[in-house]
Amino acid sequence: MDIKVNVREAPGDCYVVDLSGEIDVYTSPKVKDAIGDLIDRGVYHLIINLEKVRYIDSTGLGVLIGGLKRVREHGGSVNLVCTNPQIKKIFDITGLVKIFGIFDSEDAAMKALV
Amino acid sequence: MNQAVEHAIPELVELRIPSRPEWVALARLAAATVANRLSLSLEEIEDVKLAVAEACTAVIQHEGHGEFIQLTCEALSGALRVRVHDSGRHGVPADGQRMDFDEARIAGLGIFLIRTLMDEVSYDVHPQLGTDLLMVKRAGRPD
Repeated sequence: MDIKVNVREAPGDCYVVDLSGEIDVYTSPKVKDAIGDLIDRGVYHLIINLEKVRYIDSTGLGVLIGGLKRVREHGGSVNLVCTNPQIKKIFDITGLVKIFGIFDSEDAAMKALV
Repeated sequence: MNQAVEHAIPELVELRIPSRPEWVALARLAAATVANRLSLSLEEIEDVKLAVAEACTAVIQHEGHGEFIQLTCEALSGALRVRVHDSGRHGVPADGQRMDFDEARIAGLGIFLIRTLMDEVSYDVHPQLGTDLLMVKRAGRPD
């Protein structure tokens, strides 16, 4: 089990973080590092693509929340791309749907960035 | 196979993993495999996976946890009972007392998810023997 992280520049001051695999207590530090590195470089508008994520737990949610808190300190935003029903359910029952913008496509997430 | 004989034998799977992050995936996959033998829906199996992982993660992240986590999955009639045992000794209340889920120990999103996703959740704390998290997931609806 592993997580693959790919970071790519998108139009504007935005970066996309593509995640693939499972995000749990073992793999979430890798995601945290990738997001933290971007923020340290002054990237405050992020799209995190969860389309290829099969599983996420509270440690993964914690990493996303931590990233969102950091970018918001700089007027930034984090939008998520997710269509997996089980993962959307987790965002739903934890109330995180009210905190993150969650979109069905990268295009939609891009257009909605602040 | 004779159905009556098959159901007369309890299906119980035990797994002992080191209390380290890299082993949590094995625990949740083991629980999912047992859940898959029951009439749980795919969504319910995913719920079990997440709850077991949250329980193991809570143990690992808690200071003073034991060296191993013991996972016991028992296939009941139309339900899965899971026990997550941590042999670590913690500062706990009354000896052998059965109590509600220990929110002080498994805080935040993890405990919320476990409580939301599982049908029954309870906690046994034994100062000398460690801590048991007991969870039941019942088969609800077919996919």
